[in-house]
Amino acid sequence: MRVAPVAAILLRQWYLLRGSPVRALPMFAWVGIDIVLWGFISRFLDSVSAAGIDFTAVLLGAVLLWDLCARVMQGLTTAFLEDVWSRNFLNLFASPLRISEYVTGLVLASIATSLIGLAVMLALAVPVFGLSFLALGLPLLLFLLVLYAFGVALGILASGMVLRFGPASEWLVWPIPALLSPFCAVFYPLTILPAWMRAVAHALPPSYVFEGMRALLDGRPFALLPALGALALAALEIVLAGSYFVHVYRRAVRTGLLARYSAETVS
Amino acid sequence: MTARSEHPSDSAAAAAALRVRDLRKRYGELLAVDGVSFEVAPGEILGLLGPNGAGKTTIINTILAVLTPSSGSIRIGEMDVSRQRSLALARTNFAAVYASLPGNLTVVQNLNFFGLIYGVRFLRRRVGELLGQFRLEALRDTKCGVLSSGELTRVALAKALLNRPRLLLLDEPTASLDPAAARDIRGAIRTLARDSDCGILWTSHNMYEVEDVCDRVLFLSHGRILLAGDPRALPREHGARNLEELFIQLAREPLAHPAERLA
Repeated sequence: MRVAPVAAILLRQWYLLRGSPVRALPMFAWVGIDIVLWGFISRFLDSVSAAGIDFTAVLLGAVLLWDLCARVMQGLTTAFLEDVWSRNFLNLFASPLRISEYVTGLVLASIATSLIGLAVMLALAVPVFGLSFLALGLPLLLFLLVLYAFGVALGILASGMVLRFGPASEWLVWPIPALLSPFCAVFYPLTILPAWMRAVAHALPPSYVFEGMRALLDGRPFALLPALGALALAALEIVLAGSYFVHVYRRAVRTGLLARYSAETVS
Repeated sequence: MTARSEHPSDSAAAAAALRVRDLRKRYGELLAVDGVSFEVAPGEILGLLGPNGAGKTTIINTILAVLTPSSGSIRIGEMDVSRQRSLALARTNFAAVYASLPGNLTVVQNLNFFGLIYGVRFLRRRVGELLGQFRLEALRDTKCGVLSSGELTRVALAKALLNRPRLLLLDEPTASLDPAAARDIRGAIRTLARDSDCGILWTSHNMYEVEDVCDRVLFLSHGRILLAGDPRALPREHGARNLEELFIQLAREPLAHPAERLA
């Protein structure tokens, strides 16, 4: 893999942000709103509940982590959609750019943009609502890694879906995080879920993260093995999503869709 | 040696800028390209002519590896496009009216972006040269989305020359240009072919332009090559007053086997 083409994809994203600062708004606006909303809900629950649960840590922490995962996916998908919206496929794919370089560029762009979102979320949640997130310690790094990796897998899958089903299918991919969140047990323990939902949850790495986070906040020891298993699962899902993208790309080249994507189908 | 004076199959076949062999592309029942073979020699400008739907863009897309042929082979220089796609395309470039550059990037941003993708060395200097060559300095910080079609064409051509290609594919490159700008572009392309030995595949519906620029032309119809030869000699050889009249004759006549047409 060559560095320059990957850098080109990153540079393009930088140019877009610099040329239209309003594009930066989604990086922090929605996560900021989520933190404020859930911050007050958590504060209210802390004030009325006698259950002894730290709602700020459990709810607000969960919102922050889940938003991060969704932002990674959306950052990658948006970077891909920039090429759909600007009808740039023919110029890109008729160049020496390799698929692996293109996808790597998209992944790095999404990590960069979601880091900005993470910084904004922490800047709000820690001082304003007293979220002591860093109290999770080193396991937090592992949790973040799993969520980043799963967000990347979802982003590649979503981009493949748009390539496969056409530009209009972007409306199918935006709700993916919302569809998955009940299975990922973001706000409640896995044991709440019925058996069939638990079975699905076991295939979703974030479910291990949120279970691990709740265990730590509950004062139980950190279970390293499930967290490492979740990371391996997320890595496997990146490979599967990447394979799907390559499969869809090859099909698009074989059928002529890729050439027409720029010339005819985008409106 | 000038490209105009020699047929590529005589001398330059071994080092052809582009060699297409028995290319076929089938979409279900439709055979869009039917056993097309041709070469473009270094420094040669080959015109690919034919009515709409003749298969020109399909051929260009297969050369650019955005469309897989059903059968046949394509070599750019010594590189087999199906096996060495990235290496082959690193020495190729193209400009087409239907492949406009991202409108949300400025002229210089687009050139920087594609320059990195093509691995252009000394990119800043190269971009500066091209901005000068295509009179784009004043537009360097203008977003491509607000440029006129003529200006966009100049930017697309600048992008197409970024990597000093050995093979250049131009799909109606002057379609949006005024006569003076089109003449300038034709001059620049001729100079490029002559000075850098770049092989050029040129499609156009402007027969005056084809006669002016191309060393050789291929007439396509229904995915087959009907005629090939010197655009200045072909009309006379086939009883037409000029290339445009010959084009209209060929486009209207039912498809005959190439051997029959050439007889």
